[in-house]
Amino acid sequence: MRFFNFEEQLIPLDEWVQNGVDWLVTNYREFFQILKVPVEISLEGLQWLFGAVHPFVVILVFAIAAWRYAGKRVTLFTVLSLLLVGYLGLWEDTMTTLAMVICSVVFCAVVGIPLGILAGRSDRFEMLLRPFLDAMQTTPAFVYLIPVVMLFSIGTVSGILATIVFALPPIIRLTNLGIRQVHPELVEAAIAFGATPWQVLRKVQFPLAMPSVMAGLNQTIMMALSMVVIAALIGAGGLGNPVVQGLNTLEIGLATMGGLSIVLLAMILDRVTQGIAQK
Amino acid sequence: MTEEVKVSVKNLFKIFGPHPKKAMGLLEQGLDKDEIFGKTDTTIGVQKASFEIYTGEVFVIMGLSGSGKSTMVRMLNRLIEPTSGQVFIDGEDIISMNNDQLVKMRRKKMSMVFQSFALMPHMTVLQNAAFGLEMDGMDKKDREERALQALEQVGLEAWAASMPDELSGGMQQRVGLARGLAVDPDILLMDEAFSALDPLIRTEMQDELLKLQAKAKRTIVFISHDLDEAMRIGDRIAIMEGGKVVQVGTPEEILQNPADDYVRAFFRGVDPTNILTAGDISVATQVTIIVTDGKSPRAALQRLIKNDRDFGYVIDSNHKFQGVVSTDSLREIIDHPDQPQLITNAYLDGVLPAHASDSMQDILHEVASHPWPLPILNDAEEYMGAVSKNLFLRTLQRSESEKLVETEEMTA
Repeated sequence: MRFFNFEEQLIPLDEWVQNGVDWLVTNYREFFQILKVPVEISLEGLQWLFGAVHPFVVILVFAIAAWRYAGKRVTLFTVLSLLLVGYLGLWEDTMTTLAMVICSVVFCAVVGIPLGILAGRSDRFEMLLRPFLDAMQTTPAFVYLIPVVMLFSIGTVSGILATIVFALPPIIRLTNLGIRQVHPELVEAAIAFGATPWQVLRKVQFPLAMPSVMAGLNQTIMMALSMVVIAALIGAGGLGNPVVQGLNTLEIGLATMGGLSIVLLAMILDRVTQGIAQK
Repeated sequence: MTEEVKVSVKNLFKIFGPHPKKAMGLLEQGLDKDEIFGKTDTTIGVQKASFEIYTGEVFVIMGLSGSGKSTMVRMLNRLIEPTSGQVFIDGEDIISMNNDQLVKMRRKKMSMVFQSFALMPHMTVLQNAAFGLEMDGMDKKDREERALQALEQVGLEAWAASMPDELSGGMQQRVGLARGLAVDPDILLMDEAFSALDPLIRTEMQDELLKLQAKAKRTIVFISHDLDEAMRIGDRIAIMEGGKVVQVGTPEEILQNPADDYVRAFFRGVDPTNILTAGDISVATQVTIIVTDGKSPRAALQRLIKNDRDFGYVIDSNHKFQGVVSTDSLREIIDHPDQPQLITNAYLDGVLPAHASDSMQDILHEVASHPWPLPILNDAEEYMGAVSKNLFLRTLQRSESEKLVETEEMTA
C-alpha cells in the first residue's frame, strides 16, 4: 500500500514551477519585454485615438454602426448608454477599456482564426490543441496573473496578455467548428473541379464558416470584457478600476457604477457584432 | 467496329480501414468481403476491377448501395486513392500523377455531377456554373461568359443571378450539370446524378442528357442503382456486386446472357420485348438466294428443297434485301413455262421487312400475321437474318421461365 501513502507530498510541482518561472524571469525577462512591444504600440495608438477624438464623434460612430447593422432600437440603446456612461464620469475609463478590448480581440482574431482553420482541417492538430484550450478557459486567472506580471511587469499590457489567454479559445473553437460544419460534399465537389487545398479553404470552407467565425469573435469580445476587472488588479486601468477600488474601500456605489458601465459596453458590442455577423 | 479507349481500369482495388495489406492477403486466399470485415475490421470497397470505357459512350456503372460503385467513380478522378491497381485516361496513368498533374487533369479533362447537387450555397447560379473555370484561374469576364453559355444549354440562363436555394431540385441539378459542362470536359462523371429527383423530373433530365450527348459526344460515366435509367441512357453497363465488377456489356448482351443470379435478379421484371431488338434475336439460318442473271427459279427451288425450307430470302450481290420467295411461289413460275422464268416474279406479296433497331414489341404483329419468318435488315438495308414465330416465342419463354425459377426460389 506504499503507492497510496498520501500523507506526504511526493511530487514537488510547486517548486518546479517556481524555479522554472524564476529561471525564465532571470534569464529571459528582456526577451519578454521585447515581446510586449507590439501590444504596447497598438494599445497606445488606440488609447491615443479614443482620447483625442471628441466623445461626440465616438458616440456618432457607434450610432452609425448600430444603425447599419442592428436596427433602430439598438441604436437608441447605444446612444443612451454611452451618454449615461459619460454622465457617470466614467468616459475616460470606458475608452481605455474599449481600447484594451479592441486590442486583445484583434490579437485573438489574428492568432485564433488561423489556429481554428488548422484545427478544422487536421484532426491531429485539433486533438493537440484541445487540452490547451481547456486549460486556458478553466485555469483561474489569478494563477497565471503572477507569472505574467513577473515576466511583463505590472500595467495595461499585462492586463491585455491575461485577457488574450482567456478570450482566445472561443474564436479558435468556433472557427474550427465552422470549418468542420462545411458539408463534405461541397469540399469534394471543389476538389473534383480541380481546386487546390488553398482554393478549397478560400473559396468554399472559409466563406461558409464565416457565420460561425463571427459568433466566435462575438464570444471573444464578451470574454475580453469579463476580464476587465481582473486586469485592473494588475494595474490595467479602465472600467475595472472603480470596481477594484470600490471592493477595496467597500464603496458599493463606486463598484456599481463600474459594473454597470461594463455591462452596458458589453451589450452594445454584443448587439452590434451580432448584427454584423448576420449580415 | 473498333472503339477508341478513353478510360482503362486495370486490377483496381480499394480497401478501407486499418489493415489494407492484411485484407489483400486474405482476398488472395479467397475469403469474401464479410469474412474479411469480421477478421480485420477492414472493408473491401472495390476488388480487382478491370474494364475499359470507350470515347463518346455513356457507360453506366450499376449496382445496389454498398456495391462499390461510388467508390469506383471516385477513383477515376482520385477523390479516393486506390489501394492498388491502375487507371489510365487517354493512356496516362493517373495513379502515378503528382498533385499538380492531378489538379490539372481534374480542371481540363473531367468534371463531376453529384447526387446531392453539391452547389455552393454562398455563390449565385452563375458563379456556381463558373466554379471550375474560376479554379482554373480564368478571368471573371471570360468565365462568366462561358458559364452563361453552359446555363443556356440547360435552359437556366434566366436564373443566373439567383442563389441555388431559390431553385427546385431539378433546376439545382441542371446548375450542377451546367457547372460540369462549362469546363468543356472530355469525361463527365455523374454520381447518381438524377437519383434524388422525382421520377418525372428524372426522366426529363435523362432526355436532356441524351440531347446534350447527341450534340457533343462526351465520354460519360454514369453511376446508378436504377435499371430503367441504365437501360435508357447506357450504351454499355457495368454491373457491380460486393466491390466486384461482375459483368460489362450492352444492355442487350447482359439481358440475354446474365453472368450470374445477381445480375439476373436485377433484370427481373424487365419486359424483354421492350429491351431486345429485332437485330438482337434474329438468326441468319434461313436460306439466302443471291439474284444473278443466270439464277433460275428452278435452282432456287432445289436449294430450298435440299435445305428443307419453305421460304428463301433473296438478296443481291451487295447483300441488299430483294424479297422473299416460297417453294409454292417458285413452283408457280416453273409450272407456267410460257411466262418469263424470273425469280423476281416469285416474290411474295405483303413482305414488310423490319429493321434491326425495332424492338420485339414493334415486330410482334408482322411476325404473328405471316407464315414466313420476318426478314430483318440493318441500317444499310442489308439482309441480317430472320425472326420466326418459334424464335420469337422461345425468347419470350426463356425470360418467363427465369422469372418462374426466381419466384419458386422465393417461395421455397
